[in-house]
Amino acid sequence: MSENKNEILLYAEVTKEKFIHTVFFELAQKSAELAGKLGDCKISAMLFTAPDRLKDYKDGFLKSGIDKVYVFENEKFQNYNTELYSKLAIELIKEINPKIVLIGATNEGRDLAPRISSALHTGLTADCTDLDINEKGQLAATRPTFGGKLMATILCKTLPQMATVRPKVFKPLKEDILKETDFIVKTPDLSDFKPKTELLEFVKTLEDEINELDSAEIIVAGGKGAGSEAGFEVLREFAKALNGTLGATRGAVDMGIAPKCIQIGQTGKTVRPKIYIACGISGAIQHLVGMQDSDKIIAINTDENAPIFEIADFGIVGDMFKILPELIEILKKN
Amino acid sequence: MKIALCIKQVPDTSDIKWTENNTINREGVESIINPYDVYAIEAALQIKKTIPNTKITVLTMGPQQAVSMLKKTIALGIDDGVLISDKKFAGADTYATGKTISKAIQTAVSDYSMVICGQFAIDGDTAQTGPSIANHLNIPQITFVKEILECNENYVIVKRQADAGLETIKAELPILLCMQMGDFEPTRALIDGYKKAQSAEIKTLTMEDLGLNAEEVGIKGSPTYVSKAFRPIITRNSEKITYSENSAEILKTKLTEYMAGENE
Ligand SMILES: Cc1cc2nc3c(=O)[nH]c(=O)nc-3n(C[C@H](O)[C@H](O)[C@H](O)COP(=O)(O)OP(=O)(O)OC[C@H]3O[C@@H](n4cnc5c(N)ncnc54)[C@H](O)[C@@H]3O)c2cc1C
Ligand SMILES: Nc1ncnc2c1ncn2[C@@H]1O[C@H](COP(=O)(O)O)[C@@H](O)[C@H]1O
Repeated sequence: MSENKNEILLYAEVTKEKFIHTVFFELAQKSAELAGKLGDCKISAMLFTAPDRLKDYKDGFLKSGIDKVYVFENEKFQNYNTELYSKLAIELIKEINPKIVLIGATNEGRDLAPRISSALHTGLTADCTDLDINEKGQLAATRPTFGGKLMATILCKTLPQMATVRPKVFKPLKEDILKETDFIVKTPDLSDFKPKTELLEFVKTLEDEINELDSAEIIVAGGKGAGSEAGFEVLREFAKALNGTLGATRGAVDMGIAPKCIQIGQTGKTVRPKIYIACGISGAIQHLVGMQDSDKIIAINTDENAPIFEIADFGIVGDMFKILPELIEILKKN
Repeated sequence: MKIALCIKQVPDTSDIKWTENNTINREGVESIINPYDVYAIEAALQIKKTIPNTKITVLTMGPQQAVSMLKKTIALGIDDGVLISDKKFAGADTYATGKTISKAIQTAVSDYSMVICGQFAIDGDTAQTGPSIANHLNIPQITFVKEILECNENYVIVKRQADAGLETIKAELPILLCMQMGDFEPTRALIDGYKKAQSAEIKTLTMEDLGLNAEEVGIKGSPTYVSKAFRPIITRNSEKITYSENSAEILKTKLTEYMAGENE
């Protein structure tokens, strides 16, 4: 293998709606920072797309500071397939020898990334909450472990150094980073390639609710402290009075008092609203990693030592079922 | 048909407490079957119910004490257990773990048609070991599996949780499946099962048994390593009040202020 180049390769995931996934732009923004620390470093992307669709994606790449896009075009790239995508990604990485490969930690990315890293006999750090370049020029990937009780910074002995990052962990592109972008189109011959796995059907689910949390300005989130479904009704009413969206902890979801699709945290959604109001939530790290970047955080909890107060801008020690009905009344009056 | 089932014993992470000098106190922390692996076990048992002559071998890489976990699964109806254990395996990351487990599968269940894993282990939560095993076995994988819809000697059809919905995927065997948690009650052990478990012999496979060398396993065989571990501390400049009559009013004012925004 030749020398690894100072290049960061990003996976540009295409969603079912045929958009480039937002996590790609977040990774692009972060990569610009990492590239700055590495010095003289190119940022590239790999894209799998049906022929003739590149035009729909070009604009996004041109604005996100990407030097080069490797575009794989084939009819077979209508839908993600592990075998197909990993095979081509592995070949590409062997050809261009980037130092770092970053992939969004979506279900697709989490399926693809370990397959690539394992075949390349290299390391992969999953679900990072921070990426940095250390004094030796290595990728320092930080992630929670032990159920979030511990943070670990992980280094990799081999190249490329790989990591996955969940959507919304990094900030989106603040402003366009304009660069001259090269598009290198590859049209692999896949007529002989017969994957052993085949997609028979796709049924879209719960898009509305998922998107609602993504774009919500105010989120009212409830935890086990809400106690019951009736308790969650109070939160729903409060959210409505504020024009906000309802969220929940895994604790509440596991109790069966809130639906799984509104779970926020490490194994749920990552959100970044203007105001996050945590009601009856203790503040476990797995929950915090999903909401800690909210602009303002308010916490209501009966336990004055609950860790959620450490991350809150404003906290009230008290019973949510006393304060919320009062507040709902006030809000309704105005 | 032969199934290789991979499960892991993990500390009950909800039980872990911090000591005053910022280290983790693992004393008295119970070991449990990784919660996701309960669904992996369930999926394997479900297939055994529908396809006669199915034999399930459960494997785990871990310390000697994991034998008790393997025996518990035998009480549930798993046929046979293998402990992959060697001091040299310590400190393995998901790459080395995948390599070691794949060798054990090839050694103990060489004629497997299916490998079943959990989606995540709650101690590491990487979700990488399954795909790593699949890669080392050179078979395809399906991750985030919610349900097995159909299975026979030649293929399997499953429902998979994709990012924006549910996919139905058909796969030729052999295949590796990573199971998500599902909406069903786990099987309970029967008295007969307990008896069988008591007398069951668990085979141990060491590094030598697998034909691996010390450079390929454990911390040496792992591309990644932990350079630093620390306690997550996130704090904001917070203001905290205790509930009183006018708390709701104060909160209302705060909300209005925060909505107006950008007044740091
Ligand atoms: C691998 C892994 C992944 C995980 N992923 C997630 C995730 O994505 N999201 C997530 O949220 N969790 C996740 N968890 C679980 C997490 O560790 C916590 O168990 C969970 O967040 C706790 O939920 P909770 O705060 O609702 O419950 P608890 O910790 O039980 O807290 C309830 C709080 O309510 C307060 N309370 C009770 N009554 C009232 C009242 N009347 N008024 C006000 N306050 C009251 C109590 O003082 C307490 O602080 C994960 C765990 C693991 C191991
Ligand atoms: N030491 C191990 N022994 C057996 N199976 C394991 C081991 N580690 C991980 N696995 C399997 O891989 C899955 C994912 O684990 P992880 O990659 O650690 O999140 C688990 O649910 C298990 O099925």
